[in-house]
Amino acid sequence: MADQKRPQTPAPSKQRPQDQSQPAAEGSSLADGLDDILDEIDEVLETNAEEFVKSYVQKGGE
Amino acid sequence: MAISKVVGLETEYGIVHRGVDDPNPITASSLLINAYLARCEATGRRAATQRVSWDFEDETPGVDARGFTPTGARPPTVDSHLVNAVLTNGARYYVDHAHPEMSTPECLNARSAVLYDRAGELILAESMQAAGEMLGGGQELIAYKNNSDGKGNSYGTHENYLMDRTTPFSRIVANATVHFVTRQIFIGAGKVGSEIAGTGIAEVPYQLTQRADFFEEEVGLETTLKRPIINTRDEPHADAQLYRRLHVIVGDANMSQYATWLKVGSTLLVLAMCEDDQFEPSIAFRSPVLALRNVSQDLTLRAPLRLADGTTATAIEIQAEIIEAAERYIERYGTAGAGGDDAIDVLSAWREVVEGLERDPVQVADRVDWVAKRQLIDAYRNRDSIEWNDPRLRALDLQYHDMRPERSLAARLGLRRLVTDDEALLAGSEPPHDTRAYFRGRCLQRFPDAIVAANWDSLVFDTGDAPLRRVPMMEPTRGSRAHVGDLIDQCDNVKDLLSKLDS
Repeated sequence: MADQKRPQTPAPSKQRPQDQSQPAAEGSSLADGLDDILDEIDEVLETNAEEFVKSYVQKGGE
Repeated sequence: MAISKVVGLETEYGIVHRGVDDPNPITASSLLINAYLARCEATGRRAATQRVSWDFEDETPGVDARGFTPTGARPPTVDSHLVNAVLTNGARYYVDHAHPEMSTPECLNARSAVLYDRAGELILAESMQAAGEMLGGGQELIAYKNNSDGKGNSYGTHENYLMDRTTPFSRIVANATVHFVTRQIFIGAGKVGSEIAGTGIAEVPYQLTQRADFFEEEVGLETTLKRPIINTRDEPHADAQLYRRLHVIVGDANMSQYATWLKVGSTLLVLAMCEDDQFEPSIAFRSPVLALRNVSQDLTLRAPLRLADGTTATAIEIQAEIIEAAERYIERYGTAGAGGDDAIDVLSAWREVVEGLERDPVQVADRVDWVAKRQLIDAYRNRDSIEWNDPRLRALDLQYHDMRPERSLAARLGLRRLVTDDEALLAGSEPPHDTRAYFRGRCLQRFPDAIVAANWDSLVFDTGDAPLRRVPMMEPTRGSRAHVGDLIDQCDNVKDLLSKLDS
């Protein structure tokens, strides 16, 4: 059977005014600080990433 | 009418014991919790944690919601946990198999669930600090709020929703599956790689959720093998004639408070619609298990999902339909079955996030974990020109969930918060006022020496002269401050309390 597009109600369109005026404002707070965060990460990231990842074993859940 | 939905979250944390030759996760989990309990006692906090034992009399995890116990299925075992504490906020903090687990007290809306989830995180952080001091010698216990070790082992973050027993289980399966498959777009915590056998990093470098890889069935009783999208454990911890508990195992542990809020709040709305038979989207997946994986692995959010009627729809389109149905629902039926006024805030926030995801996921990076983690990983990859199979990316993934405040990567990203840490610290010792958790927590605060056992649906008191008295709490919304606040405050001792409860 072909991938027939399902009849759709339109995707959400009730834009809030602030969304229209500043479409990317909400998310930009993260991106702005990323360079600083990357520098910090170098300081806090586990020093031996390979060994850390290898030794992280979690058996017996749920 | 849809009933008031009591909600609780269970979180199993990953655990690492540093500074010992042969770490044992069960020992590590016990040490972690015992260190916290010892610190509470030592610091004499008013709301000191009590080492009350859990009472298993009413636990029947092998009972199946479909009305039979399938032969060959392996119900989860209830073992006598090594450490098992009931906290004065009404939560349970214990060793479950090989993990420390925090079960929040019963909450009446999504925001309250976020508050107690955050309270749990702060208790874990304090536990790690206390354990480090107690153990010394360079030893350290570290907890991770995630759901996978990246090697095929998963541990759960379960949601529990009290539902009306009269709602046909088949309707719950049909409605909830549609939501559980598609809500992944905003509840996913993100994961580097896939743990499906034979799927390499080249095929799936990154996916939306931690958990989708581990689900193999549509409906079932298991939680550790052949995990089902709809879990049928029928153990209401309440009057079984009136209620069932929907035990949801198909979700990620979120670092974003906002994601936890939307996860719980949107599900409350879906379940309320289900109870009132008002879940309008008439959608069934051809293969829910495949759809679950497809959604998790599709970073474009635009993959067509195959439906049973031969057509297709995307996760965003289906979520938009659910949101519109929910808006129509609360206009007609109100919010009583979905967490009250909080549901109105959830609904507009839910719509904003789904719309943001449709425009560009970057717009919701401050609310959705998989987007935040992805941004971080992409920035790191681009800076150092590293490949997806570089172990540093898996290390970043793990450390996003590190519960040490100074090491947590999630904590550095400026994720939106719903509750302050001051509120959450208080909630670490004070119970919610609007469920039976209030009675449990307040009794532990006031009469700690007289309580010998606790369970979700009862407390057992020792008044000094035998026999022990069990006080059942089979109605989860009773035992609130409005019901018993004055009564507990007026009693000087437990005999007084029990005689007043009798009268």
